[in-house]
Amino acid sequence: MSGTQTTYNDKVVRQFAFMTVIWGIVGMLVGVIIAAQLVWPELNIGPWLHFGRLRPLHTNAVIFAFGGSALFATSYWCVQRTSHARLWGGPLVPFTFWGWQLIIVLAALSFPLGITTGKEYAELEWPIDILITLVWVAYALVFFGTIAVRKASHIYVANWFYGAFIIAIALLHIFNSMEMPVTLTKSYSMYAGVQDAMVQWWYGHNAVGFFLTAGFLGMMYYFVPKQAGRPVYSYRLSVVHFWALIFTYMWAGPHHLHYTALPDWTQSVGMLFSLILLAPSWGGMINGIMTLSGAWHKLRDDPILKFLITSLSFYGMSTFEGPMMSIKTVNALSHYTDWTVGHVHSGALGWVAMVSIGAMYYLLPRLFGKKEMYSTSLVTAHFWIATIGTVLYIASMWIAGVMQGLMWRAVNADGTLAYSFVESVKGSYPFWAIRWLGGVLFLLGMLIMAYNMFKTMAGGKIQDVPVIAPAGHHA
Amino acid sequence: MAMDINDLRSIITVAGLLCFLAIVGWAYGKGSRKGFDEAAKLPFAEDDDDGAAENASHRR
Repeated sequence: MSGTQTTYNDKVVRQFAFMTVIWGIVGMLVGVIIAAQLVWPELNIGPWLHFGRLRPLHTNAVIFAFGGSALFATSYWCVQRTSHARLWGGPLVPFTFWGWQLIIVLAALSFPLGITTGKEYAELEWPIDILITLVWVAYALVFFGTIAVRKASHIYVANWFYGAFIIAIALLHIFNSMEMPVTLTKSYSMYAGVQDAMVQWWYGHNAVGFFLTAGFLGMMYYFVPKQAGRPVYSYRLSVVHFWALIFTYMWAGPHHLHYTALPDWTQSVGMLFSLILLAPSWGGMINGIMTLSGAWHKLRDDPILKFLITSLSFYGMSTFEGPMMSIKTVNALSHYTDWTVGHVHSGALGWVAMVSIGAMYYLLPRLFGKKEMYSTSLVTAHFWIATIGTVLYIASMWIAGVMQGLMWRAVNADGTLAYSFVESVKGSYPFWAIRWLGGVLFLLGMLIMAYNMFKTMAGGKIQDVPVIAPAGHHA
Repeated sequence: MAMDINDLRSIITVAGLLCFLAIVGWAYGKGSRKGFDEAAKLPFAEDDDDGAAENASHRR
């Protein structure tokens, strides 16, 4: 071995992990504000802080700023550790961090100003879209470059999921963002009519499928085995899980457009593929949870495992609910109601946020030269507060959603509507208040996490960790 | 019989299914066991693992 030992690039992981917590608080705070605006409409102040402008800020902040930072941090950590190689790409690595932060800041400025394409989860205008493309290509180069220079012969399954997430998001972002610029802050989609709607929801659903699922499954396949101290339950199941998701997810988008101008057969294809998706989703969930098989006792006093395993339970729950809601007759009741909002948050809070929080609690002490978090009991407190918040959120939205759906479809004997729309709004108030409370609890958990993080960082010694040769490999 | 674009679409769909079934067959075949066992241990090479991979191998 020569004198200069190669080390892992943990600096970028540290930066992204830190920003995961910060953006989590920002995004969830905006969520709490817009939830409050629904209960107390007086809180809609001026055009800048109106619900319609803050809502895309909330969704973009939690998905791309919080979730995105968590994915960058964990993928960079995982690909280095399982490839036994330092991140490839030199200056491209910090470019992905600073570029991504710049995009987030631009989003936070442009949405309150009313600058938007109006495409859900793709609201950012064209100059920012170009910046996203540049950062994403750099991310792909860094990630796959690291895979290319790996010292281990295999590519660990988590990296397959991260890799698919990176490729699919590039594809989705580029094709859904095809737009004609008119001014610096305004563009129009290249597509028109129902094609535009289909491209949008091909994008929208696969943002769920590849950003919010495949990426976080990569996280699951690395951090659950690590925290449980044992390899994944079935590696061959993980391979089938991966390919089953890849083959089916792309076709599920039309279920967002049931009973619209989209051709009937396209709706049915979307529904069918959504139903098929139950199989790989549950295969993955079982694979993650069963990794604890024979070590269930660890769940009792390890709050990080509690986060990870509970996230998988919510993943299983929301991936059962999703296919059910894609059935056209169920969708006729659920669509456009708060049931959808509840479903999304069952996935977003219960699965995406909880698995990210678990992974961050694993990473933070290691990144700041500590053995464990400053306070394990605060991690436990965070877990219970977050779980109660999530359950309050989901349950209230279920009740509100089903109630709204039933009220909207109720007719009198003469065929007239039994309820006016505003009556369903009035009936929803108590549930919107409970939802707000659930959101407040979830945000409170993140604040506890931030306190714990700063205490863990204090006095920590940051050390470069040498790259370890893979087993059976002698350099 | 004239072929049109829809025949090609059908062929792609069937080929996709066959490709997936082949992957399942490969993943559950005997030949892939050894490589999968090695790959499953990849996360466990760091100092803080203390041989976690050795004492906790799932045989599936």
